Amino acid sequence: MITAFSAISVLLLIALFIINEGLPFIFRYGLNEFLFSSDWQPHLGKFGIYPMIVSSLWVTLGAMLVGAPLGVACALFLSEYVPKSIMNIIKPTIELLAAIPSVVYGFIGVMVLAPIIRNNFGGPGLSLSAGSIILGIMILPTVISISIDSILAVPRSYREGSLALGATTWQTIHMVTIKASKSGIIASIILGMGRAIGETMAVIMVAGNSVNIPNSPLDSVRTLTANIALEMSYATGLHRQALFATGVILFIVIIILNSMASVAIRKRVVKK
Amino acid sequence: MFRKFCVFTSFLIIVLVIGCGKGKTSFTMAGSTAFQPFAEKLADQYMVSHPEVAITVQGGGSAVGIQSANSGAAQIGMADLVKLPEEAKDLTATVVAKDGIAIVVNPQNKIINLTTDQVRDIFNGKINNWKEIGGVDAPITVVSREAGSGTRSSFEQVVGNINLKKDALIQDSNGTIRETVANDVNSVGYLSHGLINEKIKPLKVDEQECISESIVTGKYKLVRPIFLLVKGSLNGEIKNFIDFILSADGQQTIKSNGLLPAK
Repeated sequence: MITAFSAISVLLLIALFIINEGLPFIFRYGLNEFLFSSDWQPHLGKFGIYPMIVSSLWVTLGAMLVGAPLGVACALFLSEYVPKSIMNIIKPTIELLAAIPSVVYGFIGVMVLAPIIRNNFGGPGLSLSAGSIILGIMILPTVISISIDSILAVPRSYREGSLALGATTWQTIHMVTIKASKSGIIASIILGMGRAIGETMAVIMVAGNSVNIPNSPLDSVRTLTANIALEMSYATGLHRQALFATGVILFIVIIILNSMASVAIRKRVVKK
Repeated sequence: MFRKFCVFTSFLIIVLVIGCGKGKTSFTMAGSTAFQPFAEKLADQYMVSHPEVAITVQGGGSAVGIQSANSGAAQIGMADLVKLPEEAKDLTATVVAKDGIAIVVNPQNKIINLTTDQVRDIFNGKINNWKEIGGVDAPITVVSREAGSGTRSSFEQVVGNINLKKDALIQDSNGTIRETVANDVNSVGYLSHGLINEKIKPLKVDEQECISESIVTGKYKLVRPIFLLVKGSLNGEIKNFIDFILSADGQQTIKSNGLLPAK
């Protein structure tokens, strides 16, 4: 009881603190100007986070394009084609990916991925696409393990029924299994999305961090999280408040994503 | 279980209380991250010869240094700016070291000299290709520090009229700038003179090499002083400590670790 409440109160305190520091700034500076101006020049008193919002969304979308198909396909293969004994070895191994610190992912991105992109496609290498690919790999464990759980939760009788009607394994998978576990798969993707949009360290290292609305996947970008982490150590006064306000916006985005995920999960429970 | 917890906690408290070292004169230094490692070394040296003094060194950046010296959160503020801002006018400033800012490129880059105007045009985005200044035909990747960095504001003040181009890469420390430039053949960045190594190549600026001699004599233009800021006048242990930094021993420590002596 006490522990449960202490966890909730910590969450509440954090939320209150961020909102308390950030909201006054938003009201003073103007919500419109803050959200939709693309001038971020703290030394001149200009705080527009539009480029960061756009970049955050692009990087996350890119990560989804990399991570979601790979993750879901991997989950289907592991749960439908591979014998259970082997899956019991592979699944924990994949989940171990989640235990690798994000600095390590960032480091691999800087040392391996960025030069590959720079030499083959041009641009500075540290870019939107590098960030997307690294994040796409980072969300794989989330997507795969939750997808596997929801696919395995599909009752055996569904599959047997489909097979008995003469459907091939593949037909069974894409017409029955995926349909039945759809909400779980979607929830896994949304949770992965939450992880991707909140990731900071790896993105700072591989995305280049220029305040810029990207024109191509090879442009360098700065996400909302990177903006806060990069400038916090030096910021004072209004600049500091602007960073807290950035945090408020990020907080709202993540709350929206998480409630979408919980709605999707609840749907699945109701269906059963 | 509870007993164990109590024993452990009381042990912790005792350790913490002893660790506080009562009866010592203690003061805090805060500010510039460029000078922080030097301040730590100097403080360690000073505390060996003066065991009755305890010095705490914190980072935070030049802006924090000025602020905390003003507010009293730290007795000594550290700032590495070319010109001290308005807020620092009540503080006693002592220059304890100098630091050159080197313009660095990848060692594979054939360019060896830039004029100040060229540096300005590159960082403003007017010059976008190395061939415009006699290099190979490749786009220039500009790497800069984040807003608020002491190195960045010193660089922008000395070069003058810099309005950093929008697609410049931003890195948050001297070290990551060095790594980025070392990895990217077409990049250019700037960092503290003390951090130059064989993986990157410092350029001459206006035909002056970025080496200790030309920085001390003032021939190399991109130099910033490192200030220690104290509220009110210098006295007591703080004065002794700053005198120690300015002494031959202190300046030797600064010099052997890559910064340049004040005089």
